[in-house]
Amino acid sequence: MIKRTVLSGVICLSFSMTLISFQNHDFEQFGNRADTLGHPKKFGFGRSATAKEIALLDTDVRPDGKGLPKGAGKASDGKLVYAEKCAGCHGATGIEGPNDQLVSLKISTDPKIKPRNKTIGNYWPYATTVFDYIKRAMPFNQPGSLTDQEVYSLTAFLLSENGLIKAGDIIDAKTLPKVVMPARNYFVPDDRKDGPEVR
Amino acid sequence: MSDNQAGNSPQERKISRRSLLGGAATVAVVLAQTATGKTFQAALTQAEIPLIEDPTKVPGVPPGIMGTRSPFEKPVKTPSETSSRTPLQDLFGTITPSDLHFERNHNGVPAIDPAKYELIIHGMVEKPMVFTLADLKRFPSVSRIAFLECSGNYRGAADGKTTPQQICGLTSQSEWTGVKLSTLFREVGVDPKSTWFLAEGGDAAVMTRSIPTEKGWDDAIIAYAQNGEAIRPEQGYPVRLFLPGYEGNANVKWLRRIELSDQPFQTRQETSKYTEAVGGGKIRQFSFTIDARSIITYPSYPLKVEKGWIEIRGISWSGRGKVVRVEISTDSGKSWKPADLQDPILDKAHTAFRYLWQWDGKSTEIMSRVVDQTGYTQPFLKDLLAARGGNMGYHFNPVTAWLIQPDGQVLFKAT
Repeated sequence: MIKRTVLSGVICLSFSMTLISFQNHDFEQFGNRADTLGHPKKFGFGRSATAKEIALLDTDVRPDGKGLPKGAGKASDGKLVYAEKCAGCHGATGIEGPNDQLVSLKISTDPKIKPRNKTIGNYWPYATTVFDYIKRAMPFNQPGSLTDQEVYSLTAFLLSENGLIKAGDIIDAKTLPKVVMPARNYFVPDDRKDGPEVR
Repeated sequence: MSDNQAGNSPQERKISRRSLLGGAATVAVVLAQTATGKTFQAALTQAEIPLIEDPTKVPGVPPGIMGTRSPFEKPVKTPSETSSRTPLQDLFGTITPSDLHFERNHNGVPAIDPAKYELIIHGMVEKPMVFTLADLKRFPSVSRIAFLECSGNYRGAADGKTTPQQICGLTSQSEWTGVKLSTLFREVGVDPKSTWFLAEGGDAAVMTRSIPTEKGWDDAIIAYAQNGEAIRPEQGYPVRLFLPGYEGNANVKWLRRIELSDQPFQTRQETSKYTEAVGGGKIRQFSFTIDARSIITYPSYPLKVEKGWIEIRGISWSGRGKVVRVEISTDSGKSWKPADLQDPILDKAHTAFRYLWQWDGKSTEIMSRVVDQTGYTQPFLKDLLAARGGNMGYHFNPVTAWLIQPDGQVLFKAT
């Protein structure tokens, strides 16, 4: 017997979990989609992934903090790293550019936010994203070269410069997910639908 | 075999060292002989092809290992630091030549060794697994022709002097071949409670996006071939995620990892970027689907047309399904008539349209407007702006107009 549960078309965004509406099929139905008729469930290609190789690659950081490594940082240390490794592209105070502006002291409620002026402080909805992105992609010409300690310090520095934490606050796996990001209130999930309405 | 291409002048027999290395400069391949009399294929660059007055009097270039373009044809993309645009106005039909497919990346194109390539799938699965390229190619495969479009693909111009390439050149179409992601989901035993997965690339940006698991079960493809051959490095060699109808950024190139989860990861590309202000202080997130769009690619700026018969041509598409109608106005929007659509009309694919028109020489505006299978009609710019609270941003798919002046000069016009 195949149960069908259909979630109604309301998309809800909560701080800890996001569900997107779709027709919910149970696993039997997933396994029996038309394009896989006649296929075995398993082909036996590929090999098991070891815990070690997963751990090597699985270094992303989730909004609930899962994935944050050991360590901690504070803004005063981050200031030194920033001056050495970040200021060249993002400007001496995180405002001047030429690349993406990182710092603003105002929370902008002006919907006409110019792309150049979207910053961590007025536009980023999650503080954990700062850690995740710096760790994987920055600095631009030497991505992935920073230590976790440096990433924590830079994260603390940038959050502090944006007025989101106090200058002396420690940023670690426990405190980072709790940082309140004012822009989170502005974010809504896509409500465009099939059909004639333009949204 | 002799090596004389035309006459006996040393100039015409000259093979430079640069041309022997072939590559992008090669436009013709000829047979030549080494000092010991061995025949080999050599490459001539454009500059070295002698200008032959009458090709019926001189043997041509023999068959070679790689095809070429005529030196008279120079379609090129227009690169910036981060992207490169397809010359839509120079193309025909609906398939984009692979080397003209648009590009957008977030820290350059990596060089990946296919022998070392692996895709790891883990997280909310029965059995986390690693697949080599050879493994992926063993699974049952699918091919489909579909468009890809960046969601930041609208640029107007106040002076009207802009081409389709500049307006919306961040869209192209290929035939994509690979294994369905649903096949791999079954292989690893994805937990039915998983609602999101992280897709991660092996480029210098190590770019990540969260994708609804439902899309993975639906029509997502782990693609390894493009237009009949291995995916190009610029499009994700050796493997990319292909999500029909979804904004380009979500189609992660150089794919190396998929992690099944029950919540989105809130990566930089889906928070700081690829989100758009929609009025009332709201910022729209997870706007995956590309809305229906069309553009007239001929006639377009900078051309000058003549009074008389003109075949208006263009492409149309929708991320929600098939195009059902393209309407053309040749009287600045007062009236609309249906264009002919090129068969086959495919789901989530560029569909060419044609409309035969007799221009009377008087100033007018021509434009196209697409309707997709869901009943969505491509909006005018002013209506799109109104729906977005007056904010420009991603997912701008407005009707674009071309003003035709009495002297035949074609200029872009925003609607």
